[in-house]
Amino acid sequence: MSDLWEGLSQAFWLVVLLDPDLVEITLRSLRVTLTALLIASVIALPLAALLAVRRFRLRRATIAVLNALMGLPPVVVGLVVYVFLSRAGPLGVFGLLFTPTAMIIAQVIIIVPLIASIAHQSLRELWSDYHDLLISMNTTQGQRIRALLWDGRRALLTAALAGFGRAIGEVGAIMVVGGNIDHATRVLTTAIALETGKGEFAMALGLGFVLIGMAVAVNLAIHWVGHTERGGRW
Amino acid sequence: MKQVLFGAVAAAVLATASIAEDMKMAVTTSFHNSGLAEILLPEIKKDLDLDVQLLVVGTGQAIRLGEAGDVDAILVHSKKAEERFLAGGNGTHRREIMYNDFVFIGPKSDGAGVAGAETAVDALQKVASAEALFVSRGDDSGTHKKELSLWKAAGLDAEGFGSWYRAVGAGMGAALNTASGMGAYIMADRASWLNFGNKGDLALLFSGDPVLFNQYAYLPVNPEKHPHAKNDLAMKLEGWLVSDKAKGLINGYTINGETLFVFNAKQ
Amino acid sequence: MTELFPLIVEQGTVRRRGKVLVGPVDLRLEGQGVTIVVGPNGAGKTSLLKMLHGIVRLSEGSLRWACAREDAEKRQAFVFQTPVMMRRTVVENIAYPLRLIGVPRKEARARAADWGRRIDLGDALERQAMLLSGGERQKLALARALIRDPKVLFLDEPCASLDGRATREIEEILTEAAQSGTRLIMSTHNMGQAQRLADEVILVIGGRIHEFSPAAEFFAGPQTPQGAAFLRGDIVE
Repeated sequence: MSDLWEGLSQAFWLVVLLDPDLVEITLRSLRVTLTALLIASVIALPLAALLAVRRFRLRRATIAVLNALMGLPPVVVGLVVYVFLSRAGPLGVFGLLFTPTAMIIAQVIIIVPLIASIAHQSLRELWSDYHDLLISMNTTQGQRIRALLWDGRRALLTAALAGFGRAIGEVGAIMVVGGNIDHATRVLTTAIALETGKGEFAMALGLGFVLIGMAVAVNLAIHWVGHTERGGRW
Repeated sequence: MKQVLFGAVAAAVLATASIAEDMKMAVTTSFHNSGLAEILLPEIKKDLDLDVQLLVVGTGQAIRLGEAGDVDAILVHSKKAEERFLAGGNGTHRREIMYNDFVFIGPKSDGAGVAGAETAVDALQKVASAEALFVSRGDDSGTHKKELSLWKAAGLDAEGFGSWYRAVGAGMGAALNTASGMGAYIMADRASWLNFGNKGDLALLFSGDPVLFNQYAYLPVNPEKHPHAKNDLAMKLEGWLVSDKAKGLINGYTINGETLFVFNAKQ
Repeated sequence: MTELFPLIVEQGTVRRRGKVLVGPVDLRLEGQGVTIVVGPNGAGKTSLLKMLHGIVRLSEGSLRWACAREDAEKRQAFVFQTPVMMRRTVVENIAYPLRLIGVPRKEARARAADWGRRIDLGDALERQAMLLSGGERQKLALARALIRDPKVLFLDEPCASLDGRATREIEEILTEAAQSGTRLIMSTHNMGQAQRLADEVILVIGGRIHEFSPAAEFFAGPQTPQGAAFLRGDIVE
């Protein structure tokens, strides 16, 4: 119990005094996860729309695979990415291992199936509604996808949020491919793992509260930006 | 909406640009837990304008990172593994830098009577015959290899131990945590012990036997095998590590008034 | 711009899961006036309209416009029985067909706003379309269909769930459109509406066309016994 209080007070001082290490780690966490979210959304959202509107032979199989990939253990993804990016591996020439870029790559792989799956569910519903209308209007495939993505943006935002939540709290994969290097690839989750490992529970708790606070804050910010909860907008 | 997200990301990216040279070095958890790196790295940055990025892993993984060429140099403490590393053409040479020692930690109640042991081997034999809970690193690290060699010297085979012997497969800090949680015996390097924050009911019970001394060596990764390895920077760092300044910092580093490392590089 | 009509259907049949929804149907439609499709529920009126518009594929037979298919596709519009509201504002809904063909946003909005006022939704332009009532939705769907000035407008029971006032407003718009040259092909349940609007009548029963004649002739005296029974108000299958 006293650990918890110590953690709270330590967290309070860390934040209030804008501890430079904390700020650096937080910014890096945000940078890695938001970049991964952006890239993953650019891949996953149009993919979800395409799967919703286009009929092709392997469609059902693709959707099933996508849903299954959601269950990929993140640390296994980390391991695979590590093997590929290591100098001894096929993509070693790029020297990406133990850099934030490697962490972004791992996180993108982890959250793309999640975002695509969730987005696809809602887009499919929307498409079944729009289907007759858009076909009657002689729309191209591209126009249909754009209409779904734009009109379905609230659901897409939810999918992206889910992706963000998964990524920001992830520790296994980014520990493996990032190496938790101080001032280079250390982020909130890996720092928490480190402090816990050193027996510094109060510090770890402090970092943990910051992580929770940050995740909630980003959540609220994205909602506000999307205007989705404001004045009667559907 | 997408634009705002993009803008936020761009701002965060721009805020963290860096310009100094950097290299990657794999070091052991024991070294990192001592806290010595916090003293040395800023001085290295000041004197050489060099960012040394530390990957803190067990000796086994450090060796493998060096073999794969994923780092530019390694700092480990396991002579046999180092010699095998060099024999495989993975490193240019080994340079001894400093040594510290291992100590035996255990519950204050000391049921196995380790505190009264004459030698390190004697202490381990006491633990084995009492079948007292013992936590081992179990991660192929320098510390782990040392521990295994001591069991061997005591005429005991670690493979055949009963459930009192717990191999956790983790770094020094995590292993100490586990020992603290279980009230078990454990062999740790002095530095990690002094820096450990969750001592609980544990205490330092035995030390001083010369066989427990632990030599750290620096091995640059071989640029002939890995042309991209930053050998020039690795050599620069080595030069600094064996300098008088480093000697002063290393010998002068204390925790609670106790020195941890003894500088012994041949200059 | 070539002439769309005549539209010629030969033995056109639409089959789904082995069941015939409509057909075989032989039909020749010329380019003038208002054609009303009547018939009992489930007779296949909707399927016929969708077949003529091209959003339902022929299982057998052929359907040919006088011009190329691509040309024909661009100059038609369809108003569904339950119109689909896109999740956007009223004015954005109406403007959508213009945006599809590349009309700049400002111009599209302006034209859509005009149409919005024309259908008496001028106050609701910025409201979410999903919040409109049934009658308002139908009017929006109509405006959305007419904004590109289609040569042919298909409507599937557009006033099915509307009250008298809304029905009148819609019929006014339709009459205006017909007078300015839009070819209307529309199904309805409401025989009064059929009499008010039709230039010619198609009677569909059990997926087949039983009668196809000028309105005056049909209402004066249908040629087939089913037609007569239908007009009398009997249940016809």
